[in-house]
Amino acid sequence: MSETGKIWALHLALIAALIVAGLVLPAYHQGNLARILVLATYAVGYNLLFGYTGLLSLGHAMFFGAGMYGLGLAMQHGDVSALPAFVIGLICAAVLAAVVALLALRTIGVAFMIVTLMFAQSAFLTVLYFGEWTRGDEGFVLQQATRQIAGVDLSEPTNRYYAALILFSAALLITLKLVRARFGRVLVAIRENEERTRMLGYDCFRHKFLAVVLSGTLSGAAGAAYGLLFGYVGASFTGVQYSIFPLLWVLLGGAGTVIGPFVGALFMFYLIDYASGWTSAYMLIAGAVLVALTLFAPLGLMGELRKRWLRWLP
Amino acid sequence: MEFGPHLMLAILEGAVGAAVLSLTALGLSLVFGVMRVVNVAHGEFFMLGAVLAWFVATALGGHPAVGFVAALVVAPLIAGVIAAAADWLILKRVEYDPEATIVATIGILYIMQQSALMLYGPEARPVEPPFNSRIALPWVEWGENGLALFYPWGFGTTTYKLFVIVAAAALLVAFWLFLTRSRFGLIMRATQLDRETALAFGIPVERVYALVFGLGAALAAFAAVLIVPISQAHYLMGGDPLLLSFIVVIIGGLGSIRGTILAALLIGLSDGIISVFFSPTLAKILATLLVALVLVFRPQGLFGKKPA
Repeated sequence: MSETGKIWALHLALIAALIVAGLVLPAYHQGNLARILVLATYAVGYNLLFGYTGLLSLGHAMFFGAGMYGLGLAMQHGDVSALPAFVIGLICAAVLAAVVALLALRTIGVAFMIVTLMFAQSAFLTVLYFGEWTRGDEGFVLQQATRQIAGVDLSEPTNRYYAALILFSAALLITLKLVRARFGRVLVAIRENEERTRMLGYDCFRHKFLAVVLSGTLSGAAGAAYGLLFGYVGASFTGVQYSIFPLLWVLLGGAGTVIGPFVGALFMFYLIDYASGWTSAYMLIAGAVLVALTLFAPLGLMGELRKRWLRWLP
Repeated sequence: MEFGPHLMLAILEGAVGAAVLSLTALGLSLVFGVMRVVNVAHGEFFMLGAVLAWFVATALGGHPAVGFVAALVVAPLIAGVIAAAADWLILKRVEYDPEATIVATIGILYIMQQSALMLYGPEARPVEPPFNSRIALPWVEWGENGLALFYPWGFGTTTYKLFVIVAAAALLVAFWLFLTRSRFGLIMRATQLDRETALAFGIPVERVYALVFGLGAALAAFAAVLIVPISQAHYLMGGDPLLLSFIVVIIGGLGSIRGTILAALLIGLSDGIISVFFSPTLAKILATLLVALVLVFRPQGLFGKKPA
C-alpha cells in the first residue's frame, strides 16, 4: 500500500472503530468516550500549535473558555438557538486567538509561555469578575430544551456521542489534510529551524499567526461543543488546569502526530477516572505522568511508535 | 478619620505583603538568573513551608514561639533538600532544557500539591504567632472642633506584622552580603555569567545548580513560615505567590536581583493599596495584563538592561 493510502486507511479505520464503539459500548463508557472525543478535539487544536509549530502555550484554556462562554452566554442571555450560538462561540475564540497572537508572537521561548499563561489568567479572572452573568465558579446549566440542532436532542446520550464524533472526525481530518499540505510543512519547518525558514523566504510571522488562530478556533469549537453537549458552563474550564490538560494529553499521545492527541486524552481520562476511585488527589497521577514523560518518553506514545516502527505516521 | 488612616493601613498591609513577596520572588529570580530555567513549582515550595510550619508547631506544642523558631529553621531546610533532590533526579536529567523543565516542574507542582492534600488534608489551618500584641498608632486630624487626636482608638497594627517586615529586610541584607562577599556567592555569580567558563575553571556546575535550586525553594519556604501566622496554611495556597513572583521577576527584569527586590516593593505595596480601595479581582486582572504587556513590549523588564 502506498504511504498516502496507509495514512488514510489508519485514520478512517479509527473513525470507523469509533462509530462501531458508539453502538456496542455500555452507557457509562459511551458517555466517557463522548467526553473524551470533545476533549481530544481540544487536544488536536493544541497539538497544531505545540506539536507542529513548536509553540508551547500555557494558556489554551482561554480559547476553550471563549468558545464555551461565547456559546453559553449567547444561549443563556441572548436566547440564541444552539447552532448560531455555536458559531458565535467559534468567532469569539478566533477573535481572541487573533488578538493574543498579535501580542504574544512578539515574544519567543519561555516568554511566550509566560505571556500566554498571564493572558489566560486574566481571562479566568475576567470570568469571575463578571460573576453576575457568568455565575463565576458555580457556573450555569444550559436548559435541556434549548440544546438541540435541527430537531435533534443533543442531551440524549447516543445523539451526543455521535455529535462529538462528528466534531472530532472533522478536527482530525482537517489537521491531517493541513499538516500534509504545504502550509503544514512550513509550520514544521518553523518548528525545526525558524531562522532557516525565514532565509528560504517564508513569512514566519504570518504562518505562526495563522497557526495560533486555527489552533485557538479548534480549541474554541471543543469548548463550545462541551457546553452544548454536556449542558454546563463554568469558570473552572478556563482555569490553569485546563491549559495544562491539553499539554499533558498531547505530550502523552505524542506531539506532532495526528492521532496522538486522541490516544493521550483516552489514556489519561481513564487513568484519572480509575485513580479518582481511590483518592481525591487524582491530579497526583497527572503530575507523575508529566515528570515520567519528560524523563523517559519525551516523544509520547505515538512519537516513540513512529520513531521505532511506523516511520510514515503523520 | 477617612482617607488618611485607611491609606496608612493599606501601606502597612502592603509592606507586609511586599516583605514576604520580595523573599519569594528572590528565590524564583535566583533560580532563573543562575540556571536559566523557570521553576513553575516555586509556589508549591512556599506552600510546603507553610504546611511544614504547621506540622512543626503542632508536633512541638508548648509556647508558640518555640514552634515558630523551630519552623523557621526546619521548614526552609526540608524544602531546600526536597528541591535539591528534585533538581538532581529530574531537572539534571532533562539537561535544563527550558521547555522540558517547565513541563517537569508543572509535574512537580501537581505531585507536591496533591501529596499535601493527601497528607495534610483540605483544611486551612492557622499557626499561632510567637507574639502578637496590638500597637495603637496615633493619628492627628483637623476636625470640627479643631485639632483632634485619635489615640489609642484610632487604628493600629500588631507587633508580629512589624516583625515580619524587619525579619524579611534582615534576611534580604544577609542574602545580599552572602552573594557579594562569600566564596559561594562568587561561585554562583560566576556560574550565572558563563556556565562553560565556570566549568573550565573547575566549578562543579551541577552541584551549584542543585544548591541554587534548593536555596530558591528555601527562600520561598522561609517567606511562608513568616506569613503563616497571619494567613493560614492550605494546600492550594501556592498559586497566588507563584503568580505574583512571576509578575515581580518579569517587571524587575528576568535574572536581575536588584530589579526583583525593587519590583517586589512596588508590586507588594501597590497590591496592598489597590486591594484596600478597589476590587481585588479587578486589581489582579489589571496587574496580570500589565505584566503580559510589559513582557511583550519590554522583555528585559522595567529595570533590566537590554541584552547585547
